[in-house]
Amino acid sequence: MIPEIGHFMLSLALAVACVQAVVPMVGAIRGYSNWIALATPTARIQFLLVLAAFITLAHAFVTNDFSVAYVAQNSNSALPIAYRLSAVWGAHEGSLLLWILILCGWTFAVTVFDKGLPPKFASLVISVLGIVSVGFLSFLLFTSNPFDRLIPALADGGDLNPLLQDPGLIIHPPMLYLGYVGSSVAFAFAIAALIQGRITAQAARWIRPWAIATWIFLTLGIALGSWWAYYELGWGGWWFWDPVENASFMPWLLGTALIHSLAVTEKRGSFKNWTVLLALATFALSLLGTFLVRSGVLTSVHAFATDPGRGIFVLALLGFVIGGSLVLYAWRGPSTFAGGSYEPISREVFLLLNSALLAVATATVLLGTLYPLALEALGLGKISVGPPYFNVVFSAVMLPLIAILGIGQFSRWKSDSPKRLIQNLAYPFSAAVAAAIVAMIMLGGQKMIAAGVGIGFAVWVISTTVFGIRERCRGRQHPWFTLFNLPRALVGQCVAHVGFACTIIGVVVTSFYSVDEHQRLAPGDSAELAGYEFHFVGLRTYSGPNYRSTEGNFELRRDGQFIATLKPEKRLYHVRNMPMTEAGISPGFTRDLYVSLGEPLDGGAWSVRMHYKPFVRWIWLGAVFMACGGFIAMFDPRLRSPAARRGEAPAKASSVDL
Amino acid sequence: MRYAIPLGVFVILVALLAIGLRLDPRYVPSPLIDKPLPAFELPDLADEQTIVTAADVTGKPRLFNVWASWCVACRVEHPLLIELAKSGTTSIVGLNYKDARDDALAWLERFGDPYERSVFDQAGSLGLDLGVYGVPETFVVDTHGVIRYKQVGPITTEALDSVIMPLLERLASEK
Repeated sequence: MIPEIGHFMLSLALAVACVQAVVPMVGAIRGYSNWIALATPTARIQFLLVLAAFITLAHAFVTNDFSVAYVAQNSNSALPIAYRLSAVWGAHEGSLLLWILILCGWTFAVTVFDKGLPPKFASLVISVLGIVSVGFLSFLLFTSNPFDRLIPALADGGDLNPLLQDPGLIIHPPMLYLGYVGSSVAFAFAIAALIQGRITAQAARWIRPWAIATWIFLTLGIALGSWWAYYELGWGGWWFWDPVENASFMPWLLGTALIHSLAVTEKRGSFKNWTVLLALATFALSLLGTFLVRSGVLTSVHAFATDPGRGIFVLALLGFVIGGSLVLYAWRGPSTFAGGSYEPISREVFLLLNSALLAVATATVLLGTLYPLALEALGLGKISVGPPYFNVVFSAVMLPLIAILGIGQFSRWKSDSPKRLIQNLAYPFSAAVAAAIVAMIMLGGQKMIAAGVGIGFAVWVISTTVFGIRERCRGRQHPWFTLFNLPRALVGQCVAHVGFACTIIGVVVTSFYSVDEHQRLAPGDSAELAGYEFHFVGLRTYSGPNYRSTEGNFELRRDGQFIATLKPEKRLYHVRNMPMTEAGISPGFTRDLYVSLGEPLDGGAWSVRMHYKPFVRWIWLGAVFMACGGFIAMFDPRLRSPAARRGEAPAKASSVDL
Repeated sequence: MRYAIPLGVFVILVALLAIGLRLDPRYVPSPLIDKPLPAFELPDLADEQTIVTAADVTGKPRLFNVWASWCVACRVEHPLLIELAKSGTTSIVGLNYKDARDDALAWLERFGDPYERSVFDQAGSLGLDLGVYGVPETFVVDTHGVIRYKQVGPITTEALDSVIMPLLERLASEK
């Protein structure tokens, strides 16, 4: 009975979403204020209905209701409770429900924090979000109902994919979805602006924290996914340019461009068309990501559920939502975007250049992801694109981007003089060159030039950040007071840029200086790698809740000094009969040591893989810094609406704008 | 006019995706099925002096598995291949595709070698004849060297149980 209630809630939610999509939109265009007033209650009711449906599905998982087909396919009575909950979004139907729940959650948040917007504009935003919701709710109800019954019920379920039975995977999908779906707010904002035919500075200011929040979730979601791949897949890699990884990376790249371009639009009133296009494209790529994962167009390690019928639905949805918005852009764009001027040497221009470079980077990733498909669709033969393509092309775009980032964050708004820039950039530039030379000497080896250059670029980001702050405080009456009272948006920017530099350092050092070795080891044997001794003490077997594990015991020493015990495992999950590897990792600030078990060999020996991965943590540490930077900037009081800041009723202030 | 450019790009993209959907990547392009393996003369992966031809890999039903050390999805299906080879139900010939010999050998040593032998197709010429566009791909080849089935992407337990194993059994009795 309870699953049927969930199904009913979803049907109701669809009906409410239809009202939310149509009525406030018509009201805003025709100026019926009582129609506009329907936006907020419909959005909130829809959220509650979807939440109730989500809870009923979670309930079915917790109570092991194997008469629900989706539960029977993705859970098992032996599955620990935490994984039974995360199994709710472990496969297609449930993750789609989570997608919709998050969409409704974002819309709910918009209804709470829309005080800074004219009611007409806010109702347009909510109505566009309603249209997206109608599309996805129909997709869920008509092609992938999570509440479908399985009669007769199974005695026990088919278990959650063992790859997903991991703490990292409990939070990775919700984080990523918060980011994916969050881009719908900026999208709805852009559509509303196109419908109204203008973007006010007030509206641009309102959207900035939303775009940043979306970007924070994407950053953390991607970092978590990369970290998970690193320790769970047992290959020691942290990024594979897999189509599904790319699908999350592309909205991140464009989202990064968007938050920078928005800054210009808000502060200087320029690049409106570019900002709106970025907002549309970011959401388009989020939808494309959903399409790629769900349709089976591309085969990938991540494509857990693929079904061409669903693919057609998502493609139609993509065509309607994005195609429609681009038609609107082509039609309304020329009249919407006017105003804003800039000089050739100014911060605006550097920001524009970099957001263009980010768009180019996105295009190269998109090309690499879809190239095999495109060639085949055109009947030109079949090829595969591997990491070599991505690594080369992507670095080629990143280097100029980093160079411009440094100049850009040092330059002034509106207009700057090349002479001032060259004079003042001499210090940070020397610092970067010095760091590159020191890095080459310290790191050494065949790849020292490439590694040194990479480090030099990272230090360039840091040095321009530091000198930029110094420049700002110098010559003030109270330099220290200025330093401790920098605007939060600036502090956030600096923290995020330093985080970016950390990630670059991590990527460069790990890529060039990782060492790995593969050896046959029997208990009692030792192997040496990068000055560390891996001593294979022995093995034990134990039973987990739904698997059997063989656990190795390795002692890690350096110069005879004991450092850590590593316990790599080889697990066999009973229900799906799937072997899984759990790596044994000794984490460190400057290096990880990593061991994983391969196959058992004759005579009690095992094939054992050992990795030495210098600075690999910096990759994720940098991402955490970037997210923190975004978080700090998001709460800049200046970004709060003038009405909210003054604490007065919003209706009066904004009615003028209608 | 320039405001319509994104729309144009998007229309092309959707058209490609729509065609892509109709090409089901998990099924055989029809021209290859029931055709003999294309002729080839390629070195053995383990021993570059030995030349392998199509005749060397016919005579009994086999799996022909396209793999590469740079291919992530190959590692996913690899345990299944290892298990299959251990069980002795079929022998598997590897086609090492666009790879470096050292990398490929190191990869086999690391993850285990389920292959009777691997053919070293560095230039990807045999891969091209076979219509390989993603790695891994697996072909079921019968006693006479005729391709009977093609699996695109990693072999899954479902595909193995529902299609590949029954087909191999049928081929074994067919002669």
